[in-house]
Amino acid sequence: MPDVTTHKTTNAEASMQPSTETQTLVRIQDLEKRFDLSGSWLEQLQFKEGKLQRHQEFVHAINGVTLEVQKGEALCVVGESGCGKSTVARTVMGLISPSGGEIHYDGQRIDHLPAKAMLPYRRRMQMIFQNPYASLNPRMTIQQTLEEPLRFHQPGLNPSEVGDKVHEVMHAVGINPDWGKRYAHEFSGGQRQRISIARALAVDPEFIVADEPISALDVSIQAQVLNLMMDAQEARGLTYLFITHDLSVVEHFGTRVAVMYLGTVCELATTRELFANPRHPYTQALLSAIPRLEDDRPTHIRLQGEVPTPVNLPSGCVFHGRCPYADQRCRTEKPQLIPTAGGQVACHAVQEGRL
Amino acid sequence: MTPSTTTTQVVPTRWQRFRASYLFYSFKRDRVAQISLLIFVALVLAAFSAPLIAPTDPYDLAQIDILNSELPPVWMEGSDPAFLLGTDAQGRDLLSTILYGARVSLLIGFGAVMLQGLLGILFGLLAGYYGGRIDAVLMRIADIQLSFSTLMVAIVVGAIFKATFGNLMFGEVAVLILILIIGIAEWPQIARTVRASVLAEKSKEYVDASRVMGFGSARIMFRHILPNTLSPIFVIATVQIANAIISEAALSFLGLGMPETQPSLGSLIKSGFDYIQSGSWWITLVPGLVLVVLVLVVNLLGDWLRDVMNPRLYKG
Repeated sequence: MPDVTTHKTTNAEASMQPSTETQTLVRIQDLEKRFDLSGSWLEQLQFKEGKLQRHQEFVHAINGVTLEVQKGEALCVVGESGCGKSTVARTVMGLISPSGGEIHYDGQRIDHLPAKAMLPYRRRMQMIFQNPYASLNPRMTIQQTLEEPLRFHQPGLNPSEVGDKVHEVMHAVGINPDWGKRYAHEFSGGQRQRISIARALAVDPEFIVADEPISALDVSIQAQVLNLMMDAQEARGLTYLFITHDLSVVEHFGTRVAVMYLGTVCELATTRELFANPRHPYTQALLSAIPRLEDDRPTHIRLQGEVPTPVNLPSGCVFHGRCPYADQRCRTEKPQLIPTAGGQVACHAVQEGRL
Repeated sequence: MTPSTTTTQVVPTRWQRFRASYLFYSFKRDRVAQISLLIFVALVLAAFSAPLIAPTDPYDLAQIDILNSELPPVWMEGSDPAFLLGTDAQGRDLLSTILYGARVSLLIGFGAVMLQGLLGILFGLLAGYYGGRIDAVLMRIADIQLSFSTLMVAIVVGAIFKATFGNLMFGEVAVLILILIIGIAEWPQIARTVRASVLAEKSKEYVDASRVMGFGSARIMFRHILPNTLSPIFVIATVQIANAIISEAALSFLGLGMPETQPSLGSLIKSGFDYIQSGSWWITLVPGLVLVVLVLVVNLLGDWLRDVMNPRLYKG
């Protein structure tokens, strides 16, 4: 991450200052999401041992994720591709309906609300997407893109108020407000991502889900966009749920980190604690994989095998097949998150003191 | 799009955008497309200004003299200079009749495609956006409809109409009924194209972004997805105009289309067909030629559009 040092304080440092109180803004409770693979009802019928049976297969994208996002923090969710982190983000935003579990926003359960009842929450929570080349409507000018949510959510505004607000958010993200009549394809990737951020900010949200917002950008632009998001957080008191697979971003940006593996949270801790003292074997392996300049004899932890398929989940701990510390209990019993010094970890070995 | 020296931006007008577009660029280089468009525009203008430029009014029985019947075009012997392309069996001036007939054919062609577009876009959007059961039901209806030939549907419906309302009544509403028949028979073509584009667009993140904003389904479908599926609709609509004109001509030729009193190109061809053996070939051949040219230029334009808007050849 180049040029991040120019920013005053990182979030991790900010979090170390004594906070007056922590208040849960979003609570994700035992969230589960399965995607049906088996097609229509007719395709599910199969002959097995002379009997007609209904056979269904699912991708288990999320398996019982419980997370709490505190007001004002930036909770980072990390994990490798396919671990379900984006699915968590989309489920929280209501783009996907969960197969099980609950999502609470400010004390209200929102995962089962009909579209109408969801509207007030739509204004309070917004999303920034991964691909800035696809997240802006190619047939709309920037002005139209930014005005539409405002007109929709605040029909009382007169045209000049809408114009002022659009001007304000464009200015806030560093896009010249005179460029409003241009189309998305006339901008670079970094500028488009700024416009996406402006669209999210236009309705004055308090909670923003960012699904890998910088992974499609040039490295030279990543820091700019990241700093823009941190500035916006400071100026507007935003709360972030930040999905990423880039650990250096987490170190810079996150207040707390949740590490996901195969649809489950295996460790949750403050950023400083996680990087200083990773407890879960998977987190340890993940952190050891960060390349360092002083590495002439790297001590990477090499995991055996591959990530199992989420169609047939392993029994017990999802990580047991690749874990050097796994024993019989790990193969049969699912570990629950247990509190540790700086956070929570789901590992039998840690609980038993073997690790 | 050059930024001027001051900080203000030069915003191009719609016309300037069009001038700078790939569409215009490719049009400037494609001689076939230019000629096709020229002929098409000339035909459309001539057809729709028929009451102004036609020498006689073929709908006005008072202007028709049966004694003038079957006169050959002016370059042949025994012709009358008042009738440039000769006359038909009833003594109508063939040039005027062709102009009026082309107007009827074009009207039916455009009208039918508009109806097809309306139904096709609506059902295609619904099927593609909602998916699941709605998609299955709508697309099966489309499949069933595509498994009948257009002509068969048109023949059955046309025959029923004719039988219930009688020939006289049918003559009055013939244009509307033909638009209805051809429009309803061919909507699945457009619906399938729209559905395919909607499926591709639906998975893009800007659609997710508008769902996150809480926009309603209708707003997302018509304001966000539809404008992005217009290019393939445009291409297929062009080809469908040619198809609709041909369908109309075929129906009229079979005697199920426009009545003899307000002939389209198809019914003109049919009315001359009986005299082709007796030497009056021009009654069939001239309107036939006009029909072929009309359909050909529309198809050539459609071909050109398809090439221009093919994302594999050009990414816009």
